[in-house]
Amino acid sequence: MDFRLNEEQQMLQDTVARLVRGEYSFEKRLEFSETEAGFSVDFWKQLSELGLTAVPFSEELGGFGGGGVEVQSVMTELGRGLCLEPYLQSVIFGGGLISHAGNDSQKETWLGGIASGELQAAVALQEPQSFYDLNNVETRAEKKDGGYLLNGRKAVVIGGHCADVIVVSARTSGDARDSGGISLFALKSDTAGIERRVYPTIDGSKGCDLILNNVQVDADALLGEEGKAAEVIEYQAGRAIAALCAEAVGVMEVANELTLDYLKQRKQFGVPIGKFQVLQHRMVDMMSELEQARSMAILAASVADEEQSDERRRVLAAAKNVIGHSGQFISEQGIQSHGGIGMTWEYNFAHYAKRLVMINHQLGDDDFHLEHYASLLQAG
Amino acid sequence: MNMNYTTEELAFRDEVRAFLDEKLPADIAAKVKGFRHLSKEDHQRWQKILSAQGWYASHWPEEYGGVEWTPVQKHIWDEESCRYGVPRSVPFGVNMVAPVIIKFGNDEQKHKYLPRILSGEDWWCQGYSEPGAGSDLASLKTRAVREGDHYIVNGQKTWTTLGQYANMIFCLVRTNTEVKAQAGISFLLIDMNTPGISVRPIITLDGEHEVNEVFFEDVKVPVENLVGEEDKGWTYAKFLLTYERTGLAGIGLSKAALSHLKALASRRIKNGRPLIEDTTFSQRIAKVEIDLMAAGISNLRIIASVEGGGMPGAESSMLKVKGTEIRQSINDLARRAIGPYAIPFVEEELSHDYDGEFLSDENAAPLSAQYFNNRKLSIFGGSNEIQKNIVSKMILGL
Repeated sequence: MDFRLNEEQQMLQDTVARLVRGEYSFEKRLEFSETEAGFSVDFWKQLSELGLTAVPFSEELGGFGGGGVEVQSVMTELGRGLCLEPYLQSVIFGGGLISHAGNDSQKETWLGGIASGELQAAVALQEPQSFYDLNNVETRAEKKDGGYLLNGRKAVVIGGHCADVIVVSARTSGDARDSGGISLFALKSDTAGIERRVYPTIDGSKGCDLILNNVQVDADALLGEEGKAAEVIEYQAGRAIAALCAEAVGVMEVANELTLDYLKQRKQFGVPIGKFQVLQHRMVDMMSELEQARSMAILAASVADEEQSDERRRVLAAAKNVIGHSGQFISEQGIQSHGGIGMTWEYNFAHYAKRLVMINHQLGDDDFHLEHYASLLQAG
Repeated sequence: MNMNYTTEELAFRDEVRAFLDEKLPADIAAKVKGFRHLSKEDHQRWQKILSAQGWYASHWPEEYGGVEWTPVQKHIWDEESCRYGVPRSVPFGVNMVAPVIIKFGNDEQKHKYLPRILSGEDWWCQGYSEPGAGSDLASLKTRAVREGDHYIVNGQKTWTTLGQYANMIFCLVRTNTEVKAQAGISFLLIDMNTPGISVRPIITLDGEHEVNEVFFEDVKVPVENLVGEEDKGWTYAKFLLTYERTGLAGIGLSKAALSHLKALASRRIKNGRPLIEDTTFSQRIAKVEIDLMAAGISNLRIIASVEGGGMPGAESSMLKVKGTEIRQSINDLARRAIGPYAIPFVEEELSHDYDGEFLSDENAAPLSAQYFNNRKLSIFGGSNEIQKNIVSKMILGL
């Protein structure tokens, strides 16, 4: 039993850590957040020049076939920097869906660019009524003129405002919540009929809702078999969950470091407030939550690229449940430990706190995953 | 044991309802209920209506323009106004400095300031906290040195809510450094337009400008602006804090927020059904509703115990802790109720005159911001940790 990273994995993590430390100060992040893309295009280039956007892809695509642990190493460091770049959406999730479901020609069209960072992918699976259920799809894709005609609305597409390709789920048959009948399409962002409602997100990035109004695509936009996308989506959402958990651990690490520093520095009643037992115990609870989260992120990373099974499903649901809960706990208790200063825009802690709570709203919150886990509960 | 309102109290409640039915502008109520921003004009319009009714300074003695409601009447007003969506009065003048002036101020101060609070001519803010003096308020360092007919004030205050609109600030200042911290503090009324005062905004994590830092550099304050005696300010400050604390539990606000949450959960959909019918979510709502039911009765018990006069004791600290936790839980659930739509921050939908299409639910836009903003509830007005210290010391004797 050995939980340490191997030499290559450690080097990978160190590379990302160095880059983030050098390029991603809190002040710069605020500036990146204000740009049209909502992230740093330069930093994205630097990630790609170091081969980091290719990590999970095959060697032919310039990657090194990295699995869950390699992705975890990258994501944790991006989390520590509170980085805004669409690594999760483009490299992990979008790239994952295309490499899983796409045919050779589609992979050739998109994956090289995604792996090299020249193309950006986004993922549009949620809808206004879907809550977190990715099988809840009302957007319709009808066969027309040898291709498909898409109509519907996709909700909260992070990075969708500036992506080159958007992977969209749409129903080719079945009822709104059937797992059968869902298809995936790789939609070029400039396809006619896509309307975007762009907005900033409360945790500093940008996204949009996509309103698909008679969007006509060719047959070769269909990724994988018609109506059979649910399994692909579930599997790749699992990989994305593992990556998101790793990011969350990075965010929590810094949130706890900042809080601990503050407890040591801030004086009231003539002593550092960390001398008060009520705050000591709270800090210990925050640390315990982080360690629970870290354990689950490690476990999630270990199953992320395994074959689908109920055991994989359980682990990923459990991981996201724990991460959702501990993230909100650390966010709230960290603010409380800081007092008012923890709620100010000028102080980085508040931004870590916001990201942690919003991670719970991505790919299913702790309640959603608790229900999912319960539905897969094994008999004793 | 009788938990019912008296006939007079019921009649009072009817009067309040009739007044609100008739006079509360529907557009203002809709904004309050939807947690959207109110314009300054909205606030002023409502204050005029309330003043005309004679209810703006409800707890002041009649001789100064109040109506001296009983604790139960105040409670009824609080409940009904939250339910109807009445804008919260900015408390610093009418609810905070005024009671101090009435109890400890001289006649000149009463005649000068109270009418201007009633008319809305003065907007007060509070100068208590400092960067180094938060929970340990008595360690405050802002210095006031007597020079002839003036105090010369130097220092800094922080977390000054709505200080950007204020023309007056009441301040705790240090007038004596030779004695124990609490014994060297005085209570000063300061005109914000005096040279040497500057206000700097503090932007909170939700992007709002609600609080400020206020800097004092050789600010000349006439000695007649001292309330009560020099070096006795801590007594007045504690009196004011007790006043502040009683309202901080926010039971009425929680009831309004809960009703808002239930309406929201009835509109949002999960698994093809209203979210409020979802087992997990309905149980979460049920739990907070039960907690609120208990806190509501605790609140009534405190009100009943002070009905005969006197100030609430450390029980109100317990209620502040519970009440703020409950409100934060409701805010947490409201944010959860909109699922992925908690992430977008569509600031324009918060505006008081937004008339575009809503991204998701008409009330979704403020929910995440409000959840984050209301983390302040367990921090301000004496943090919940400080309230627990009070309880353990005053009630438990630990």
